[in-house]
Formats: sequence, structure tokens, C-alpha cells
Amino acid sequence: MYFSEKTQKASGELTRKWQDKVENTLKTNPDQKERFSTVSDLEIKRLYTPEDIKDTNFEQHIGVPGEFPYLRGNQVTGYRGGYWTFRMFAGMGSAKETNERWRMLLREGTTGLSTAFDFPTLMGYDSDSPKCLGEVGKCGVAIDTLEDFLALMKDIPMDQVTTSMTINPPATVLWAMYCAAAEINGVPLTKIGGTIQNDMLKEFIAQKTFMCPPGPSVKLISDTVEFGTKYVPRWNTISISGYHIREAGATAVQELAFTLRDGIEYVEDVVRRKGLSVDEFAPRLSFFFNSHIDFFEEICKLRAARRMWAKIMRVRFGAKNPRSLWMRFHTQTAGCSLTAQQPYNNIIRTTVEAMAAVMGGTQSLHTNSLDEVLCLPSEQAVEIALRTQQILAEETGVVNTTDPLAGSYFVEALTNEIEEKAWEYIEKIDGMGGMIAAIEKGFPQMEIADSAYKYQRQLESKEKIMVGMNKYVTDARHSIPLLEIDEKIGEEQIKRLQDVRRKRDNRATKKSLDDIKNACKKGTNVMPFCIEAVKNLATQQEICDVYREVYGEYRDPGLF
Amino acid sequence: MPERKIRVMVAKPGLDGHDRGARILARCFRDAGFEVIYTGCHQTPEQVAAAAIQEDVDLLGLSCLSGAHRELFPRVVELLRQKDASDITVIGGGIIPEADFTMLYDAGIKAIFTPGATLDSIVEWIRTNIKTRD
Amino acid sequence: MKTTSENAPVIQYFIAIAKNVVTGSRFFARIMLMETIKKISAGDVRLASRLIRDLEDKLPHARARLKKLFPHTGKSFIIGITGSPGAGKSTLTDALIAEMRKLSKTVGVLAVDPTSPFSGGAILGDRVRMLRHAEDEGVFIRSLATRGALGGLSQAVGDAIHVMEAMGRDVIIVETVGIGQQEIDIINHAHSVIVVMVPGMGDEIQTMKAGILEIADVFAINKTDRAGAKQLHTELSSLLSGAPLSFAAWRPPIVMIGNLYETATFIEQMAELAQKVFDHYAYLQDSGQLGKRMERKAMMEINDALRCCILEPVIAKLTTSGELQRIAEKVINREFDPYSAAEEISKRFLKSGGENDTGKK
Repeated sequence: MYFSEKTQKASGELTRKWQDKVENTLKTNPDQKERFSTVSDLEIKRLYTPEDIKDTNFEQHIGVPGEFPYLRGNQVTGYRGGYWTFRMFAGMGSAKETNERWRMLLREGTTGLSTAFDFPTLMGYDSDSPKCLGEVGKCGVAIDTLEDFLALMKDIPMDQVTTSMTINPPATVLWAMYCAAAEINGVPLTKIGGTIQNDMLKEFIAQKTFMCPPGPSVKLISDTVEFGTKYVPRWNTISISGYHIREAGATAVQELAFTLRDGIEYVEDVVRRKGLSVDEFAPRLSFFFNSHIDFFEEICKLRAARRMWAKIMRVRFGAKNPRSLWMRFHTQTAGCSLTAQQPYNNIIRTTVEAMAAVMGGTQSLHTNSLDEVLCLPSEQAVEIALRTQQILAEETGVVNTTDPLAGSYFVEALTNEIEEKAWEYIEKIDGMGGMIAAIEKGFPQMEIADSAYKYQRQLESKEKIMVGMNKYVTDARHSIPLLEIDEKIGEEQIKRLQDVRRKRDNRATKKSLDDIKNACKKGTNVMPFCIEAVKNLATQQEICDVYREVYGEYRDPGLF
Repeated sequence: MPERKIRVMVAKPGLDGHDRGARILARCFRDAGFEVIYTGCHQTPEQVAAAAIQEDVDLLGLSCLSGAHRELFPRVVELLRQKDASDITVIGGGIIPEADFTMLYDAGIKAIFTPGATLDSIVEWIRTNIKTRD
Repeated sequence: MKTTSENAPVIQYFIAIAKNVVTGSRFFARIMLMETIKKISAGDVRLASRLIRDLEDKLPHARARLKKLFPHTGKSFIIGITGSPGAGKSTLTDALIAEMRKLSKTVGVLAVDPTSPFSGGAILGDRVRMLRHAEDEGVFIRSLATRGALGGLSQAVGDAIHVMEAMGRDVIIVETVGIGQQEIDIINHAHSVIVVMVPGMGDEIQTMKAGILEIADVFAINKTDRAGAKQLHTELSSLLSGAPLSFAAWRPPIVMIGNLYETATFIEQMAELAQKVFDHYAYLQDSGQLGKRMERKAMMEINDALRCCILEPVIAKLTTSGELQRIAEKVINREFDPYSAAEEISKRFLKSGGENDTGKK
């Protein structure tokens, strides 16, 4: 029992009195709408009282920061010891443009880099592939060979700055390029730090940049985990992601459940396939969540995530090292909450979402720019987004104390509720035989599609509101400066690529590709061979084509 | 004469795999009484055009969020024209800045629906503007 | 058109012109029709797809075209693929198409998906699993909605098969929805029927729908990497060996098909499936069973056509005149029973000598 009997009794009585008054008030002053719910349509009560958390056990369920179940945070000193990393996701055009934007961001106070790649790179195609018509450099940076990558990292101190790369099917290739670039720049692999997203399960569920089928995809991921554990100890080799699952239309509960279950699948695979013990690699697992517009739902979701993962690692996997129990995550404010109409409103949305992420205890944060519904962010827009984080950290006082909302009847009750519902999903997927089996059955995909459709219908019936879009709509056009990617950039990139192909030692390149093929066939770790291949200027499509050849290409099952 | 069913194809040309909108549209069109063929993601313009002709659709909706619409959408229209299928109406949606609208209209795209367009408005547009054959 | 002797020559002149224009345009229409027929017979996908659409929408002129095409039909090998939703029919269809193309056969595919009973619309999503053939001119994939066909495949599917036959497609694959009567009805359209089953999806033999076992010419157990595959195979085998053979000597083989991504094995297994299907077709020809199936199909088509020609116009007439509604009210009030109503109506419409009152002579 959380509260004393005396408090409970008093709470019960006062609440009942209040309830009567409410009934009376409603007769003459009814509620504005029938139902008040979160953006995920989770119903919220009018009032939360001690009754709502009466079964909470302080030691087991809440505790203190730095102690199991880590509800209140992994670190004992929280943000007082160091703010979250201001990590702005950026990439555009060619390596040169991106390098310039990165250096501007570092000047303005970002404390970590994050790479946005273009679609050809994300999908494992070279810039001159016929499939890439019109795509080169448009929504991120085009990287074909190690030469591009070296240009990208020009003048960036790789031993001082950590870099995150949002890359999935070709993650082995891009990480190989990063490692090769570090070596060339004289930085040993033991000193480099960063993250590769490298989470294929969520691709099958939500983001759909896929290449090989689920089984082999997970094998490649396990390769990176093993390589990182042995040789690149400061690197997070997976960022188990919920962001994209949420963007595809999932509810907060679904985002949480599917992400954690993906994590479970990866841990199981590494243990089974590589024979590593959980404590050897779990401390380097990281997560990536969405921070959506419903302020409290997000805070509660993130707290629940920490508590759930700690339990999963300790109970399900028997981890002993406290660091294995820590859920470390990066957060991005929700792209799908932004509107194209009245774009300046997006600044407010991003601010609220960023604040929720911080009060939820994120380790790292990206804030969206106001114009991202329309194009890649302009310099002015990205500056505002960065300043948002800095103002939160320096001015608002949210960093003064750790997990400020703990103990709130509402927040603890909602955290419990979200956790409970997420467990239901996890058990269901366990019953289906695991996440890969569930994906084959189409379960998470259908859940998300249903939620997405439901939300769209709610928007159109005005049950849910997006200001500027279905309420407070104006005809006035706010024209904001939009970033344009010069078409010439694509052409120049293709020329560079063709130059590299011409001047490299093609025999050495071919041999290193064959070595990768053999590693794939034998089941050995591909990473050392990838690093060799990128040094021999193999293009990233050439390496990915090896994977496609050996493992086959995944086909979208087309579920509705 | 019995009423003709409207046949619509929703296609995602290019490498962009963000299909939340495309799938919502497919469901919405089904609920509006249309027959919807969904091509899936990662389609080349050639595949999209071939499919549209095989399925004898009245309307082809192209969705692209990666910024490649400038090349991909006109290419699809051109391919349909080459195969003598210009009677198929082509509309577009996704992340498309207003500055590109004129160029797309000139290339033969009949309407563009960007974020914020309601499903009902799209269905309305189709009912008003799409005439089935005969 | 008659003209009286009192008519001025001018009027006669205009009447003659009008006659020419009408016969001229009728003549023109005939030319167009022959052109269309010729092009479809030569394999024109666009026109064929349009005709299928017109037949689906029951446009009047569509039937005329189908009549003209009918003599060119009957030369294709028609394969039906059925099985519960989720069995992986579309993926197998896709692979079967590839096998056929390896043998240089041209393929037509009809992928049927259910129409929503609430809205009348449909999501036709089978095509997504057959994407790689989109640009192969030897493959024509056409998606169709069931359009609420009560029991059995809609007439449009049968019509579409004929159109594809007339195009000269060597093989036509019909993939059905896999629920209800559709599964069984496929035997009236196809020469060889493949029934696809999947372990662990409630496809246990005991719960199988009546008729499903009888209609299969070839069984395919898909996704055999899943638990329960062996058991399903054993159960199915023992059931088949126990069953009396309804046709002379064909025992439906069971082909095991594993994980799609074990490419080499999968391709081998698909080649086996294709071979078994061709074996069955050869068996039909050798044993004379083909004739029986063609007869069954012809009977069904005549039946459907008769229903279309006789029953539907009668019902339409009764509906428009309001009589059907009045009869229904009487039946509700138990003033009349449906059987007597039908007898009385049939007496009215079917006069002796075969003449009927539907306006057709």
C-alpha cells in the first residue's frame, strides 16, 4: 500500500464529495466534449487521486534514480551532471553541403552529430542506379564510397564528437566507412563513439527501407554487435527504434511494446548466434523514441520504457551488470504532429514535445525544424530548433531536479497503465512465436494500419484537432523560405562516383567483395571484410548487392 | 445502365517507403465504394505505368515524400502517353512544395493533395472529376 | 422506314441521308468492333482489360464483344489456386508465373479479392506480391473484386478467363479469395486446381470445409519451415489414401514448399509444383476426363447465361413494376407463399411454345 490507511480513507471521502459536486456542475455546465483522451486515444480521467496508485509499492515500482527499476533515471545525478546530448539530425545534397551544415551546428552548440542519408544510400543503391531517378541528395546526404565519407567527416574531430547514423540495411557498410575513415584520420577504433540505427525489424513493421528478409537482416545486426563488443567499445551498434513505428500511425502503447519486443528479439539472437553473454553487449544497446504532442502520455511512456526494459533484462535475460539494465535512448520530436499549414505553429509543438522528452529523461534529443513538413530544414529553422533545446536546458529549470513529476497521482497512474497495456502486446507476440513470426503474420503492421486509419478518421470528424489544419484555419499564406536542393548536386555526385570506379584498383575491389560473399555464406562476421572493401573503394551498392545475392530480397507482403 | 465502379490505383514510385498515407487512402477509397489497386512501394515509373494499363484504372494516384516527385511524376505521365493511355487521370500527393505545382500541372498532373487535405475532399474531387468510360 | 407518296422530295432526300448516316454509323461501329476483336485476339492488353471492365460493369455492348471472341477461346490451360487467406497464394502465384515464363509460356492472371459488403468498394492487393512481372509483356495480371457474388465466383471472372483465352495466353492462373463458396466454385472454371494449405493456421484436416479436399487436383503445403508441417502432411496423406477415388486414377499429390527466402530450394519446389500441375493436365487429356470437365464448365456457363437471360429480366420487370414488393408483403402477411407466387409468375412468363413475355422474340 502506497499511502497510509488514514490518507486513503480521507482521499476516498473527499473524492466522493468532489464527485457529487461534479455531477451537479455537469447539469448546468457540461463538459466540452464527451471524451478526453490522449492523441493515442487513451482515455484520461477527470481527476487522479491517491486511490489510483494505492497498490504501488514505493521500493519496487518507483525507487530512486540509479537504482532498479530505474523509473526515475539511470544516472544518479541526472541532468545536473550533464545535459542530454543536443543531437540534430542533418544531411543534404552531397558530403560537402552536409559537412558545412554539421560544422555550423557544432559552432552553434550541438554536442553530437546525426546523419541523414538520401534514399539511394538508405536503400543500398548507388547514385547512378536507374532506381534513383530524382532521389539523389534530396532528403539527406548521398554517400556512395569512402571518398564521400571522408569528405563528410572533413575537419570533424572523430575522437571528440560522437556521430549517429540513421542507416539500416546498409548499416554494416556505412559503419565500415566510419571505422575506415577513423583509421585514416589516425583515430583508433577504441576511441570512436556513436550509434548506427541498424534496426531492421522496425523496417519490416513501419519504415519500409528494407533489403534482405528478416532472418539474414538480424544476422547482419548480430555481426555488428559482436564486432562492436570486441573492437569498438564506445559504439552503440543498434538504436532499437520506436520513432518510425509511431510515425507510421501507432499509438504510444504500440510504439513502446513493439520497440521493446524488437529489443528482446535482438538480444535473443545475439546470445543464440554469437554465444555472447548478455552483460557483454547489453550495455551498448540503445533505443530511439518518438516524442509526440500529448505531453503527459509521452513522459509516462518514456518512464514506463525504462522500468520495463530493466525488468526484461534482469528477469527475462538474467543480466547482472547494472549497465545492462539501463535503457538509454535518443528522442526525436514527432514529425507527424507538424502541419504544413501555418508552419510557425510547429515551433510551439516541437517545444512542448522536447520538454516532454526532457522530463521523461532522454539521453539525447533531436528537435524538428518548423519547415520539415515541406522540405529539408533551412539554416534559420534549424537554429530555432537547436535553441529550443538550449533554452529548455538553460532557462526553464526542468534540469534542476531529477524526474520532477514522480509521485504525481496522474503521472504514476498513467505510467502504470501504459506499462500494463504494453506487456499485453509483448505477451501476445511471445505467443505468436516472437517478433519475426509476428511480422510474417502481419500482426504489428495491421495494428499500426488500424491505428493510423482510426486517427485519420478522428481528425476528419474533428474529434481530434490539429490547429491550423482542422480548426483555426486561415486562408492567409505564411510563406517561409524553403531549402532547395540544386539538381546539379545529383549530377556531380554521379560524376564523382564514376570517377572513383574508374581510378580504383578494380581487382582489389572485386576480391574484397568476394571475401564478403564468402563470409556471408559461411556465417562469419562480415564487418572486417566490409572495412577492407570500403578501403578498396567498393561502392555501397556493390556490397549490398552481395547481400542481395546471398540472402535474397525482401518483398512487401502488402497488408491492409 | 448499371453504375460503373470507379477503379483507382495508388502507387508509390521511387525509393520512398513511407506508405502510411497511401494505405490510409486505399482504405478510404474502399470505404467510398471504389475498387483500389495498391502497387506497393519501391516501384519504378515503368512498373507503375504498366500496372495502371493492365488494371484499366480511371485514376492513378502517385505518392512521394522524398522530393523525387519532380522527376518521377512527369515520367509516369509521359509513359502513359507513350502507351496511348492518356485518358488515365494522374494525381499526386506527398511532400510537394507549392513552388513545384505549376511544373507538375504542366507535365499533366491533374491535382495535387498535400498534407492536410482531408480524405473526404479527395473522394469528393474524384467523384466530381473522374468520369468512367461511356 | 416508310415514306408516303405525299412527302416532298426534299424530305425524302433528308430521310435517305439520315438512313445512310445511321447505317453508316452502324457500319462504322461494326468496323470498330471487328478492330477491337482483332486487337484483343492479337494480345492487346489495354483493350482486353477494358473489355473485362465492361463485362464486370455489365455494359450492354460488352456481351456482344464476348460473343465474337468466344470462338477463339478454349485453348488455354487454366489453373485455379485456392486456399484460406494467409496461406500464401499470391506468393505461390508469383513463383508459378516465373516457372511458366521459364518455359516461355505466356501467362494471364486473375487475382480475385473480396468486395466490402458495407461500401461496395474493394482493396485489390494481390498484385503487390507479383510486382517483379510488371514489365514482362508475357504476363498480364488483372485484379478483380468479387462484387458480392453470392456463392461462387462472379460471372465476370468466367468472362475474364474467356477474354484472356482469346488473347492467346497459354496459361491462365485464377487466384481466388479463399473464403466460402469461391473455393469450391473454381472447379467449374479451371482445368487443374491447386489447394494451398499452411501449417499452424487452423488448417487442421478436421476443421476443413466440406468439399475442399474433393476439389484439389494438387495440394501445396506452404511455409513448411513452420511447426506442424510434417503433421499436416501425414494427416492429409492418410485422408487421401483412405478416400475412394472419384476419378479414375489421379491421386492428388502433395507438394511441400518451404521458406521463400531459401531461394534454391524454393525454386526447385516450385518447379515440382508446376510439373505436377502439368502432369494433371496431361492426365485429363489422356484419360478423357478433360472432356468431362469441359462439359461441366459449358453446363455452368449455359446455366449462368440462362439465369441472366431469363430469370434476371423477369425479376427486373417485377421489381420496376413494384409487383415483387407487393408479393413480398403478401408473403410476410402469410397471404401468399413464395412457391405459389413463383408458380403463378412462371405460368405468366413461360407461355407454351417457349415464347415469353420479357419482350424478347
